[in-house]
Amino acid sequence: MTVQTEIRSAPHIKGPRSVEQIMANVVYSLAPICAFFVYQYGISALASILVVTASCLLAERVFVRTGTQAGSLSDFSATITGLLLALTLPPGFPLWMGVVAGFSAMALGKALFGGIGFNVFNPALVGRAFVQAAFPAAIATYTPSFLPGRFTEFIPSSLAWPLMAPADTAAWLKAMQYDALASASPLARWKFEGFVTPAWDLVTSLTGHMAVGPSPLLILLCGAYLALRRFMDWRIPIAVLGSAGLSALLIYAVFGTRFPDPFFMLFSGGLVLGAVFMATDMATSPVTPRGMWLYGALIGLLTVVIRFYSGLPEGVMYAILIGNAATPLIERITQPTPFGKGVSIRARRQATYTLHPDYISREEAGAKTPKKRFLKNKPK
Amino acid sequence: MSDLSQTRTFDEFMEGIWRQNPVFVMVLGMCPTLAVTVSAMNALSMGLATAFVLVCSCGLVSLMRNIVPKEVRIATYIVIIATFVTVVDYAIQAVSLAVYDALGAFIQLIVVNCIILGRAEAHASKHPPATAMVNALGMSLGFVIGLLALGTVREVLGAGTLFGVSLFGANFQPWVVMVLPPGGFIVLGAWLLLFSTLKQRKEVRLAEQGGGHGA
Repeated sequence: MTVQTEIRSAPHIKGPRSVEQIMANVVYSLAPICAFFVYQYGISALASILVVTASCLLAERVFVRTGTQAGSLSDFSATITGLLLALTLPPGFPLWMGVVAGFSAMALGKALFGGIGFNVFNPALVGRAFVQAAFPAAIATYTPSFLPGRFTEFIPSSLAWPLMAPADTAAWLKAMQYDALASASPLARWKFEGFVTPAWDLVTSLTGHMAVGPSPLLILLCGAYLALRRFMDWRIPIAVLGSAGLSALLIYAVFGTRFPDPFFMLFSGGLVLGAVFMATDMATSPVTPRGMWLYGALIGLLTVVIRFYSGLPEGVMYAILIGNAATPLIERITQPTPFGKGVSIRARRQATYTLHPDYISREEAGAKTPKKRFLKNKPK
Repeated sequence: MSDLSQTRTFDEFMEGIWRQNPVFVMVLGMCPTLAVTVSAMNALSMGLATAFVLVCSCGLVSLMRNIVPKEVRIATYIVIIATFVTVVDYAIQAVSLAVYDALGAFIQLIVVNCIILGRAEAHASKHPPATAMVNALGMSLGFVIGLLALGTVREVLGAGTLFGVSLFGANFQPWVVMVLPPGGFIVLGAWLLLFSTLKQRKEVRLAEQGGGHGA
């Protein structure tokens, strides 16, 4: 009887995890969020999700075909980018602008760096940043959720002709007896009017919570599924939310009523969505555990600083993009010590081997280290 | 003989337009390229101003190439270029104050445009005036083409117009990013990508053909 031995280097045990499996599970966990988004905003939101995702998939297909990058549509990464991008855009965002957003997300955010796994920035946020810079008016135009005819009628701005300006949403709302306040997001209402939306409305976004993406509770639930199945590292969302909450609490405690309470900070706007689904993008976040805490803390702090002290009502996107840019640096300074190189071992060696009392070092003895000479013509 | 010299002159001319295009191949003179290409009109006037300075100073540098001591040649080039830039500066101011205001300091900054100094140093100082000026003309045409390529895309997307003529009607949605600095970088990157792709394909095709003939 012979024993078959195969000799190879580590790792010897491989997990069954694959990129496809992880990405597919992220898509499953995004599905309820998208469904709730459609329930809130109706047929326009559905069209927006479909068009943005389709344009992401198409762009990915084109770049994989023509470029040198690896990857295929079946790894679901482009689907995730499309879904997340659609969730961060206003539901009445003109569809042709959605196509521009999807295409620039894949081109500038992903194909430019070499495809899946090589992107420095979260592609969905790159796409959103591009359309934010290109169409600042359209991206700030929100509509109230739970409009009566939302399943039968498009928001008129969605159906703008390509390259043409969208219809005036404010006039449309006025015709439906809504005032301009109804379409302002809670963050904008706080920033420009000093109105703080009640807590329960914020968390569920079921009643009275106008004009902002899906419910934070639902996102946390779906994120918990991913974290429990270890498809996502729990440290990053906790660090982002914790740091945002703590810094908001600090500012609230010091300056008092000039600023909203930390709870409002956490659950208004896109912070929860960003913390759970965008900051945790595997290619753009640190791999070291200490690095994850640092990265999350940076994003949370930046979000609060941008929201409080800049002209923009929302700061999650830029905070995450800056966090992505800082990721290589964070990884460099948080490298874990390899086993056997720890500080404790060095200390023990000092204790164990004491030098002979008569010992003097070469330098003390006056010896000079000769300069290393480099032979000019090295014999072969 | 005349046939040969004609081809050579033509080659000198085409050099700057295609094979050594200052914007797309050599990536020189990026400061005006990115800054003034917000509209096609600005790009064209900037390109023509640079072309005038480039051709004239290359001719003069080439004429003086044997009498200028080597030690002070750069200073001489700068004086020559600055002279023509001053001419252009006043000329534009006289012709159209609107264009002058739009281009701003970038007209004066033609003095430090590295395409001009580079041509003077690398070509005009080593060739007779006719050759130098033909080469400079090709280079400046290449520069104009480069600026126009950026300027048209940025104006069409950023304002919906071309040379001030509306293309899509009043209801056009401008892409604000295109008239901002990031738009300049994005459009330049797209053009560079296109040019390098074309170049790469041509090289592959030539290599295949060459291999076929060699075998």
